[in-house]
Amino acid sequence: MPVMTMRDALNLALKEELARDSSVFLMGEEVAEYQGAYKVTRGLLEEFGPKRVIDTPITELGFAGLGVGAAMAGLRPIIEFMTFNFSILATDQIINSAAKMRYMSGGQFKIPIVFRGPGGSAYQVSSQHSQALESWYAYFPGLKVVMPSTPADAKGLLKSAIRDDDPVIFIEQERMYGMKGEVPEDDDFTIPLGVGEVKREGTDATIIARSLMVPTALQAAEQLEKEGISCEVIDPRTIRPLDINLIIESIKKTNRAVVAEESHPFASVGAEISAEIAERAFDYLDAPVKRVSGADVPMPYAKNLEQLVIPDVAHIVAAVKEVAYV
Amino acid sequence: MSSQPTERSNSSKNSPAGSAGVLERPEEPAAQLNEDRDTLVKIFHQMVLIRRFEEKCAESYSLGKIGGFCHLYIGQEAVGVGAISALRLDDYVLTSYREHGQAIAKGISPEAVMAELYGKAGGCSHGKGGSMHLFDADVNFLGGHAIVGGQIPLATGVAFASKYKETDQVTLCFFGEAAVNQGAFHESLNMAQLWKLPCIYICENNMYGMGTSLQRAMSSQNVASKARSYELASESVDGMDVLKMREATQRAIKRAREESLPTLIEARTYRYMGHSMSDPGNYRTRAEIEKYQERDPIKIFTKTLKDNGLLSDSDIAEIEAQVKEEVEKAIRFADESPLPDPKELYTDIYANPIN
Repeated sequence: MPVMTMRDALNLALKEELARDSSVFLMGEEVAEYQGAYKVTRGLLEEFGPKRVIDTPITELGFAGLGVGAAMAGLRPIIEFMTFNFSILATDQIINSAAKMRYMSGGQFKIPIVFRGPGGSAYQVSSQHSQALESWYAYFPGLKVVMPSTPADAKGLLKSAIRDDDPVIFIEQERMYGMKGEVPEDDDFTIPLGVGEVKREGTDATIIARSLMVPTALQAAEQLEKEGISCEVIDPRTIRPLDINLIIESIKKTNRAVVAEESHPFASVGAEISAEIAERAFDYLDAPVKRVSGADVPMPYAKNLEQLVIPDVAHIVAAVKEVAYV
Repeated sequence: MSSQPTERSNSSKNSPAGSAGVLERPEEPAAQLNEDRDTLVKIFHQMVLIRRFEEKCAESYSLGKIGGFCHLYIGQEAVGVGAISALRLDDYVLTSYREHGQAIAKGISPEAVMAELYGKAGGCSHGKGGSMHLFDADVNFLGGHAIVGGQIPLATGVAFASKYKETDQVTLCFFGEAAVNQGAFHESLNMAQLWKLPCIYICENNMYGMGTSLQRAMSSQNVASKARSYELASESVDGMDVLKMREATQRAIKRAREESLPTLIEARTYRYMGHSMSDPGNYRTRAEIEKYQERDPIKIFTKTLKDNGLLSDSDIAEIEAQVKEEVEKAIRFADESPLPDPKELYTDIYANPIN
């Protein structure tokens, strides 16, 4: 299996799906001539032409809504946000139009659209360009939310998202574009939405992590293994719908849970997962669920302060030790 | 026709709410009759049907049979009927929450619209949308949208899809003048002209965004002229004259279908009723409303048809009787239609549900 970066795996998924279905088009800021602000769309304009790979003005609400309208009329748009920070301007169209159109029309209109781009923490770009927004989108029935943590998952999940008939929020971690891994070449390789994966098996504690926190949790698990604590690492991969059964089954085995996430702790996806665990597996727990979250502050610029915000290996190790009472 | 912007109105017509105040709306000569009698009578019938339908809605609302918000179209019938009468059945319409009349004009049955207002399973959105979210995929009526201006980018996307698929369908997008102050309007016009999309934007300028008059909300009150910023073709039309609306829309449709170009039409109109049923209307006088009612769109069209010998008093009485029966039929259907099955609560959320 070839080894490639997350960036190239995403590029391959886009390329294969654009080739597979002529109703798929890609639209966003700098996706075409500039080759993508993060080079995820490199080469696509050359291969598919300006009809299908379209540079937009900086007009996020406008092109997000245009995408939803195009989906109502039978196309399958992929709308790139240069970063998800800019999706904040488009939330009316994502939430009030994309998420609700099928329901409020009594099932008459499907909205097969993908809103994708980088999200989560970035490198020293301060408060407005470095934040995790998945809990916003995961809140709304009608949306699906996907966050891959490996290049192979990125490819398989993005292809599924593009083929899905519902609006999908697909958040790529900005710090992970250069991360390498094996990626299946098969152009029909997909990973179903809503299915999580055990990224590492273990017996003493379960760490539930997504996106950037998956490699961080795996490093923590490796370190803890040396100290005699065996951790299971679970990546739900899809935030909505959430593969809660996979998480609960793991906790029934390990009896301890740590939820790691980059986002702010208040009303986060981690808070939801913790509540689900409390409701469904309370009797199996040997310790309260422990959450490891980003600091509850806007992202600071200074490097030393920024490092204090994002959970790292040490935070997760400490949390596991806390639930393991060691 | 070139892609250069066109503005058909002269300056006096272009200042519906200029320094002289909102009441300054010069009367214009009646439109020429270029249509056959059947078409004209059908248009007349539809306007009367919408008027009576909306009057019945007000009654049903006060009886508690219609819930939530209910925005009536009375006074504005010429805009929706005139514009939609110029479309093909496979063309698209997207609009705001004041859309009962436009839904009927596009071909949704009065029964299905009334049943939707009643929150019944037989409604055109199966009782899940209500007054503000009427949809019918069969007649390409793509909603009823209730965030001011939200339908404008959507319509731009529908027009984008027609161009992408190389069909010659056009999209009509209705919105009130208050939506012109939203970013969504400006973002959409820019994209539509930039990418040459076959979208026709019809601003129904009824001069009030809820209780706030145009003068209190818009620094430059010439809506049609805003198209110049984007080099879009535009015109300002007497929205009380159904034939002028139809003809302006026909010009825009030709531009859209043949040249794939957008147009902004400002339809100068007036709403007789409150913003919604709960609006006490303290922001305007009875005299102002009565002044506009002198130029009632149905009255104007009745005169045109009579002056041309196309409609007699007995024809009108016959149409009124037919309409009465149609509205009563809609009410009966809505009354008798079952409530949505509680099982429907959790359907239609996802096309591909998982778990």
